[in-house]
Amino acid sequence: MNPFQKFAARPRPVSDPQAIQQVSRRDFLKTGGVFVIGVSLFGCGPESAPIPVRPAPTGPWSPDVYVSFDTDGTVRIISHRSEMGQGIRTGLPAVLADEMEADWARVVVEQATGDAKYGDQNTDGSHSVRDFMQRMREAGATVRRMLEQSAAKQWGVDVDECRAELHTVVHQPSGRVLDYSELVAGAAELPVPGLEQLAFKSRDQFRYIGKELPIVDMHDMTHGTANYGADTRLPGMKFAAIARPPVVFGKVKSYDATAALAVAGVEQVIEIPAAEPPAMYKALGGLAVIASNTWAALKGRDLLSVEWEDGANADYDSAAYKAAMLETVRRPGTPVRNEGDADTALAGAVQTVAAEYYAPHLAHAPMEPPAAVASVTPEFCEIWAPVQDPQSLIPMAEAVSGLTPAQIRVNVTLLGGAFGRKSKCDFAEEAVYLSKQLGAPVLVQWSREDDIRHDYFHSVSAQRLEAGLDEAGIVTAWRHRLCYPSIFSTFDAATREPVPLELGLGAQNVPYAIPNLRLETGPIEAKVRIGWLRSVCNIFQSFAINSFSDEIAHARGVDPRENLLQLLGADREIDVAALGLEATENYPFETGRLRNVIQLVAERAGWGRPMAPGHGLGIAAQYSFLSYVAAVVEVAVAEDGSWSVPRVDIAIDCGTYVNPDRVRAQQEGAVIFGLSLARDSQITASKGRIDQGNFNDYRVLRIGQTPDTRVHLVDSEAPPAGVGEPGVPPIAPATANAIFAATGKRFRELPLGPTLKLDG
Amino acid sequence: MIQLTVNGEKQAYEGEGDLPLLWYLRDFLGLTGSKYGCGKGLCGACTVHLDGQAIRSCSVPMERLEGADITTIEGLAAGGEHPLQIAWAKHKVPQCGYCQSGQIMQAAALLAGSPAPDEQQIDDAMGGVICRCGTYQRIRAAIRSAAGSTAGGGA
Repeated sequence: MNPFQKFAARPRPVSDPQAIQQVSRRDFLKTGGVFVIGVSLFGCGPESAPIPVRPAPTGPWSPDVYVSFDTDGTVRIISHRSEMGQGIRTGLPAVLADEMEADWARVVVEQATGDAKYGDQNTDGSHSVRDFMQRMREAGATVRRMLEQSAAKQWGVDVDECRAELHTVVHQPSGRVLDYSELVAGAAELPVPGLEQLAFKSRDQFRYIGKELPIVDMHDMTHGTANYGADTRLPGMKFAAIARPPVVFGKVKSYDATAALAVAGVEQVIEIPAAEPPAMYKALGGLAVIASNTWAALKGRDLLSVEWEDGANADYDSAAYKAAMLETVRRPGTPVRNEGDADTALAGAVQTVAAEYYAPHLAHAPMEPPAAVASVTPEFCEIWAPVQDPQSLIPMAEAVSGLTPAQIRVNVTLLGGAFGRKSKCDFAEEAVYLSKQLGAPVLVQWSREDDIRHDYFHSVSAQRLEAGLDEAGIVTAWRHRLCYPSIFSTFDAATREPVPLELGLGAQNVPYAIPNLRLETGPIEAKVRIGWLRSVCNIFQSFAINSFSDEIAHARGVDPRENLLQLLGADREIDVAALGLEATENYPFETGRLRNVIQLVAERAGWGRPMAPGHGLGIAAQYSFLSYVAAVVEVAVAEDGSWSVPRVDIAIDCGTYVNPDRVRAQQEGAVIFGLSLARDSQITASKGRIDQGNFNDYRVLRIGQTPDTRVHLVDSEAPPAGVGEPGVPPIAPATANAIFAATGKRFRELPLGPTLKLDG
Repeated sequence: MIQLTVNGEKQAYEGEGDLPLLWYLRDFLGLTGSKYGCGKGLCGACTVHLDGQAIRSCSVPMERLEGADITTIEGLAAGGEHPLQIAWAKHKVPQCGYCQSGQIMQAAALLAGSPAPDEQQIDDAMGGVICRCGTYQRIRAAIRSAAGSTAGGGA
């Protein structure tokens, strides 16, 4: 596994014509009545295997197929990314289908197993379309070209007279038509054309890209037939629930299973060895109750009497930790960005503004708690699991089962929400371990309490911001200090400070044109497993920066929207490499696009419109996952401090998009996700134990709290950027800013809570 | 022995009386359309109909179901489409889809009792079913659409 992968600003993949050439002798392979088109879309390095076959070689980066034909012309397109609500099982296959001129009604989408032959499958970081749109187009264009060549050969005409059109090839001069099903066998005899021979559609020729295609899982999801992590049923399958150490890296000291074993249906109790730091994606260990049904396993688990040895994290207390972090950001820290001389500029400023912000741990709480099925025999290990990164299960399964990668298959079910939680395969390891011990298939079911208490938590954070203004009210100095446990502590337990990949999520790359600007970090030791959650450190970094910008606006007496535009300065490209961050090829950070979404959302939201008493508008903007988003939130605050959000406008420029409906849906969802964490959600710990456990104390938004959400999507021909995450970061600060506009009270801690303290 | 009807079929259960209906449906009958989300009636992912009323199947033990008539998402419109299922597709409601069985079952019970619910009735009835993906705005729109109501704005 590579923890950096989440954040790494990956260069846009550029197909290597030589790699294409390597496989150009590969073509349509007839395998049991199914024609498989081999197209090299990966393999740009020395590890590339030259021949894709089915069953494919399992070596690293073996190129393989994304598309095959049944003899009746049905096209099977592989979705190699995990579906967790973002619509990717429809999006990328639609790109391929579009470029190959397939009739969508004759396309079947099949989910890939976890296999390096598909290239990167790690579905996180909002980069599926960014990384694979071009590759899908190359695959589609290759297929289309070969089918046109096949038709030309059958007709004995020049291929340039033949044009693919909706699952047929038309001979344009004569009007003759052949269905794709009639062309596959001939195409199978042809060499795969090189990339230089391919012609790509122009935008105005797209059938599916840019259109509102319904998701392929619509029927299953509305009829109860969609399969998620706990829906696999195998003969002889056992059901398991696990008592895990309540403190991370705790161990079982002793236990009494008498009561658990007395539950009807409970068969045995198996101890899973405790994990040692670093956490990685390791199973936490504990005691597994094995039963003939889920309920018996859960009931038995709750009846276990366990004495735990808590270990070093038993001192984790959120109140003390918060105090320590705040103390840290009040002192100078490690400089990570330094332009001009912020300290001197602050000391000499005519006016200064200073504020501290705090945001708690968050749990992912996908509606589907972790669950996985594994079947391990001496010969084979098969897993069915809702995982974001199926390939990461293979080395795990190798280690646990003792089998080789060729003996391991990872089936990816639908993910009932994930938000980053299901990037970590600890729950699948539990299933593999138990199945091996039992010699039977097993389903491991996490309860909601298991999910919330044993999450890889979003970081708790403290930040201090200071700004200096000159006599004209211009911001001349900016000093930002941050302290939070790093995600990298999960992979290297010695990590004490955030790293550029985290700081680069909005803080180190803050796009404000301020001459004296300094960013500092301070140390803190992680006491729980830290993970990434939808939009990651953008959440709290955006909260602090956008709240502080609003504070500056009010200190200056300037309209917050106008102030934001002034801080942003003249349109320019931010040189992120000069800031110590990794740049992404073909994706300059253009402040003009951020300005544009700020202006767009303000206009559409009616910024400056008259507000009823108690109502206010707040604005915030954030560049994240290479997309540009701005939001205006309207709040309504009652005299007793209760408050609601009647309306949210959100504008996104994500470059080229595949499915505008899904982009909108993701922003609608991001608003709910952002309001949940702004208003209600928080995780705290006492004596190393998580205080929350279910939706009664880890609250998320419900339908009655849903604002009238209006998504404003920017049409752009820029390369495709992130969609799933970037909508989240502006919501919390825009909400806090709106509350200030409504009440004159500034709230600097998340969650804001259902009732605001308006007095004192 | 407990005798009940599930999606029109007679079933007989001989086992522990405290077994919640959800696990009977999922682990004994293989009806996995009803989802586990919280186990405590807090999220509504497990919502099914008991004699036409929406209930949280995770919190109703089998011992209380003698003679009960249960309908799950699989039996909502056996072989056909409930107007809500059509409306759900029209408004492209689902994202991850996990909660949608519960959402649809809750909405179906609402419409069975109030064929033309207003905004407040929709929010009140649906308030117990959490969607972490945040499809609420479209759920409202789909329910209005299925009810033939055009009241209100939104998606």
